[in-house]
Amino acid sequence: MTTPGAPLIEVENLEKDYPTGAGVFQALRGVSLRIAEGEFVAIMGASGSGKSTFMNLLGCLDRPTRGSYHLDGQDVGRLSSDQLAALRNREIGFVFQGFNLLPKLTALDNVALPLMYAGIGREARRRQAQAMLERVGLGERSHHTPLQLSGGQQQRVAIARALATRPRIIFADEPTGNLDSETSRQVMDLFSQLNREEGITLVLVTHEADIAAYARRCIRFQDGRVIEDVAQAEVAA
Amino acid sequence: MIFTSLFETAWHALTTHRMRSFLTMLGMVIGVAAVILMLAIGQGAQAMVRSSIESMGSNLFIIMSGAVSSGGARVATGDAPSLTFDDADAIRDLPDIMASAPVSPGGAQLIYGGVNWNTSVYGTTPDYAVVRNWSMASGSFFSDADVRRGARVAVIGGVVARELFGDEDPVGKIIRIKQAPFEVIGVLASKGQSLDGRDQDDTVLVPISSAQQKIFSNTLRNRARFIMVQAVSEKRMDAAEASINDLLRSRHRIGLGQDDDFTVRNLTALAETAASTTRIMSLLLGAIAAISLVVGGIGIMNIMLVSVTERTREIGIRMAIGARRRDVLWQFLIEALTLSLIGCGIGLLFGIGGAWLVERLAGLPVAVTPASVLMAVGVSFLIGVFFGFYPARRAAGLDPIDALRSQ
Repeated sequence: MTTPGAPLIEVENLEKDYPTGAGVFQALRGVSLRIAEGEFVAIMGASGSGKSTFMNLLGCLDRPTRGSYHLDGQDVGRLSSDQLAALRNREIGFVFQGFNLLPKLTALDNVALPLMYAGIGREARRRQAQAMLERVGLGERSHHTPLQLSGGQQQRVAIARALATRPRIIFADEPTGNLDSETSRQVMDLFSQLNREEGITLVLVTHEADIAAYARRCIRFQDGRVIEDVAQAEVAA
Repeated sequence: MIFTSLFETAWHALTTHRMRSFLTMLGMVIGVAAVILMLAIGQGAQAMVRSSIESMGSNLFIIMSGAVSSGGARVATGDAPSLTFDDADAIRDLPDIMASAPVSPGGAQLIYGGVNWNTSVYGTTPDYAVVRNWSMASGSFFSDADVRRGARVAVIGGVVARELFGDEDPVGKIIRIKQAPFEVIGVLASKGQSLDGRDQDDTVLVPISSAQQKIFSNTLRNRARFIMVQAVSEKRMDAAEASINDLLRSRHRIGLGQDDDFTVRNLTALAETAASTTRIMSLLLGAIAAISLVVGGIGIMNIMLVSVTERTREIGIRMAIGARRRDVLWQFLIEALTLSLIGCGIGLLFGIGGAWLVERLAGLPVAVTPASVLMAVGVSFLIGVFFGFYPARRAAGLDPIDALRSQ
């Protein structure tokens, strides 16, 4: 564990270019910021503002064109793709808008999947996966496949999967984008609880103000740059 | 990552698309079954030829009466019996010759009690047993003295013994060969089929003198249709052949430029030709079958490529949650390997079953050897790796973000 308040995420002049037919598109134009362990951050912005690109870089799914990214003091730009995969497995959990569960696997097997890549044996990973499903309130549904679950339930399975290897950070990309307001509230309450009770660092990309309001810090992107970075009071649940 | 998990994952993926997996495997099943069956038939034929050659005797010549061509017109060998018993004796005295037996062949009906049996009868001398390396199951072979005095004694093959005598001991019994009584003095050890497919145990051997007097009523006494000759060693075969030719030409007073009235054939060389012919046939059958195995492998590659494209998003998800490139590579490689090896297993069952059926229904000799089974498994494994590797590498080379975005 790092000392409280020490930056878990530290980016410096981060830039990302994409080659297009009409030349180079600069998705990120020099972003510098720090996120400490235990923070709950919302990243907002219109589509094309660079927030998703930023999220992919923070999630170690992509590498920056220029600039540096240190995760827990480690220079991510220097890591091989296998080391990045191990880092994603160990330190990072992802929650996507479209849930991204494997449709042919049961909820239990979906949650156990990251544990398989962590090299944990079959019995141990089933036990741990079951515990995670119970943590998100789906202990009874572990043998259902995603198609047999509602959207809110699927997203909770996805959250259980993100939690499976007990990572320190969860990146959520529009996690409530496919959910109605009631289930959105349930999912956001779960996120708040995880942040508050377990100290998991949460980075949430959204374009909905009422979802961003759950976070205690809001970073706003526009045209590949940070235009606003403000602390905000926590929403009373 | 743990290997059992890889197999679990592969198994799950394959059972999710049962029909597709089955059809993909079918190519391997047919390929392996074809290879096993073809090799079984080829090796069965080879084994048969090998045992026929062994049963024939080694370093053999057969000298036939008559020329291959006579005065420009081809005539059948053995048409005019020009070889005499004395020729056979003279050949035996040559330095490179071990044994020389004149033979007068024919067919006759045998009768014992109420049973009769048609078989081939060979009039010959004791040297025949030496030349053919033929041992006795019981009793003894006839002697030179028996030949000299035209004794009515016979040595019978296993088939004749079984057909005429059943469980009785034939030695000492009297049988009638074309009405003439002969005493059975021995039973030959079993030899099985000859190269031309005849049952060598379905035969009777009698002294050549007795055969000509009592059975064939030949007008040409002391003449043989052919002489079987054994050289002392394989190395002396050529020298032996030359000296036989010289000897017979001078004995038959054949001048320079005149055609021979006999034909010397190197049976060992003929047998080797037969053996290499079956070997080539066996190789050819195997090669044709191997092509279907390769086609099966291409089928696997095809389906694996489709599968990688279809499952791009799955690959992206797996990468996002921590699958390394090599984990993805292994996942797809093991899927391909599982397909090819299960296909191989089923193919083996069909191949071995098919070989058994061929033996039962068509009566062809087959031999499923451990080597051919091992080879089929090995080749299937290689095919799985070879044709699975490209799709697997394609999957492993995907960019996680692009993969996640795909629908």
